[in-house]
Amino acid sequence: METQNEVLLKVDNLVKHFPIYRGVFQRQVGAVHAVDGISFDVYKGETLGLVGESGCGKSTAGRTILQLYKPTSGSVDFQGVDLATLKGEELRHMRKKIQMIFQDPYASLNPRMTVGDIIGEPLMVHNVATPKEIEERVADLLNKVNLNPAFASRYPHEFSGGQRQRIGIARALALQPDFIVCDEPISALDVSIQAQVVNLLEDLQAQFGLTYLFIAHDLSMVRHISTRVAVMYLGIIVELADRKTLYTNPLHPYSQALLSAVPVADPVVEEKRKRVILEGDVPSPVNPPSGCRFRTRCPIAKPGVCDASKPEFREVDPGHFVACHLV
Amino acid sequence: MTETTPTGDNSLLEATFATRKIGWFEKFVGPENFRILVGLLKTPASIIGLSLILTYVVIGILAPVIAPPVKPNADPYSIPRDGFSSDPKPMGSEWKRNKPPEPFWYKPLTGNDKWVHLFGTSEGQYDIFYYVIWGVRTAFFTGLLVTFATLVIGVIYGSISAYYGGMVDNIMMRLVDVLMILPSLLAALILAAVLTPRIGKSLIPVMTALIAFGWMGYARIIRGDILSVKERDYVLAARVVGVKDSRILFRHIIPNAIFPTLVLASLAIGDVVLAFAALSFLGIGTEVGYADWGQVLSFARNWITALDQYWYIVVWPGLALVFFVMGWNLLGDALRDVLDPRMRGRS
Repeated sequence: METQNEVLLKVDNLVKHFPIYRGVFQRQVGAVHAVDGISFDVYKGETLGLVGESGCGKSTAGRTILQLYKPTSGSVDFQGVDLATLKGEELRHMRKKIQMIFQDPYASLNPRMTVGDIIGEPLMVHNVATPKEIEERVADLLNKVNLNPAFASRYPHEFSGGQRQRIGIARALALQPDFIVCDEPISALDVSIQAQVVNLLEDLQAQFGLTYLFIAHDLSMVRHISTRVAVMYLGIIVELADRKTLYTNPLHPYSQALLSAVPVADPVVEEKRKRVILEGDVPSPVNPPSGCRFRTRCPIAKPGVCDASKPEFREVDPGHFVACHLV
Repeated sequence: MTETTPTGDNSLLEATFATRKIGWFEKFVGPENFRILVGLLKTPASIIGLSLILTYVVIGILAPVIAPPVKPNADPYSIPRDGFSSDPKPMGSEWKRNKPPEPFWYKPLTGNDKWVHLFGTSEGQYDIFYYVIWGVRTAFFTGLLVTFATLVIGVIYGSISAYYGGMVDNIMMRLVDVLMILPSLLAALILAAVLTPRIGKSLIPVMTALIAFGWMGYARIIRGDILSVKERDYVLAARVVGVKDSRILFRHIIPNAIFPTLVLASLAIGDVVLAFAALSFLGIGTEVGYADWGQVLSFARNWITALDQYWYIVVWPGLALVFFVMGWNLLGDALRDVLDPRMRGRS
């Protein structure tokens, strides 16, 4: 897939802290630094993979971009409009262009609504179609995601996980958005169904020229679907490069460790492969380490360098960004 | 890419698992609640409960036929009294004064010409049969109205608390805690006792008191459920597609949060009637002679040392009360069983 270099979404120094309140008077005693200053561009028509281990802030980043959480600071520039400054009706209208696919297909569909109502609701609330047109659009959308249009009158509990996920995709497509945040859309599904859903996402991307932010922790799936990949650790992006560069030549020690965890389907290679094993746990996002966030687990960390200052997120090669003092 | 789903011929599948028709009722109450209602119609306890309640409904509706008032225009809720003597008369003793017309069913059923006190009379010669029959209406009226009012107050209060959250929620819920610390029957007793001299003896002071101290449970339950539903992905999804806040609240949150509260309310009707009878028994509430089970029970207090003789004053209204409350409790128990997730898929 070729990317055009037209920037669709520009995230600049996005920060999301969740305050922690304690005591009778609900004083703020600290904050969870879920997303702590991330910047990246998303080009039109590409799939940007966002990977990282559990709790590193991937989902929060996705939701903050969508303004489901109000950003603590930073801007999200979408087609020249800063989403972070929009409120109420303006934001509601922008939602037509940015959609989301959720992780858990069992939780993301209202059990009290029929599939037709769920998929048709976006069209209804934006007053873009008459009830008759909505019915036709819903049938059309169900077809697009390879479901029988007659399913529109059924309830979500009558479907399997993969089918539900496709209903969620149909809902996201209803308003013909430009950009879709896929928040681990396949991690709750069986492996066989995962391929089905990923293939569907790729088909739809080709058909409608969609742009994806694909959040996942499955590295091989990200490798399959992404144009470029960003690696997150404890609220920051540590490395961002195109897929090929990142998977063959990761520069950040965390990316190296992460990628070395992917098994190779060849016993001879697997035998000789050197694995980077990280010690300890991810530090608490309430009190992140000073300087480089990764220094507490980094195999090559140098005292006096890594704990002194935050590494800058700089471009070492064209299109290859790394946040590390030692690269 | 390859075909991702079998979209072709599904006839064999449909022959094995016939596609179930979804009626308007199922659509209206939602699939999960429909399953609960169907489950209710299949549980023995709820069938007994429902038939008891239905029997009372029929008695309540047919009260003017079963126990006709003395004069057509007279207030049927004030019980006809046969004289003023203080000694209760036994069952089957003859009506002398103030005799209501015999109902049509009486003669063919008993072969007796004369209208008698079927269940005897209480102190002051109030007819106990009339008390039992017309008391059904009072029980339904108070039970349903108090439950409905407490439910509405509790749901509104709890929703506001959950919706605004933060400090508002904190203050509102602490108020609920304070009210819940009070023993509700005692608190209602005091409030009713304070209100009665101001409003006069009627159903109103007691009902007001029961409402005032009965809504906190609903507020707590609905608040918790709204807080949990609010965080579900489908609510988030509704926000992503740009659904307005009011529609999110009424279409996505409340329909998914209100059911446990409704179950709680159905369980409470019996308790409300029991609490009402208790207050009546203690002498707070309606005027003497008003059709109310608790009141006729209170008549038995003075004759408690000779209950072997005057047992009928306690037994008939007592049974009426017991079966009424039992009906609602059986229904509530069955509802709880059906709501148990482990029961899922069995009915």
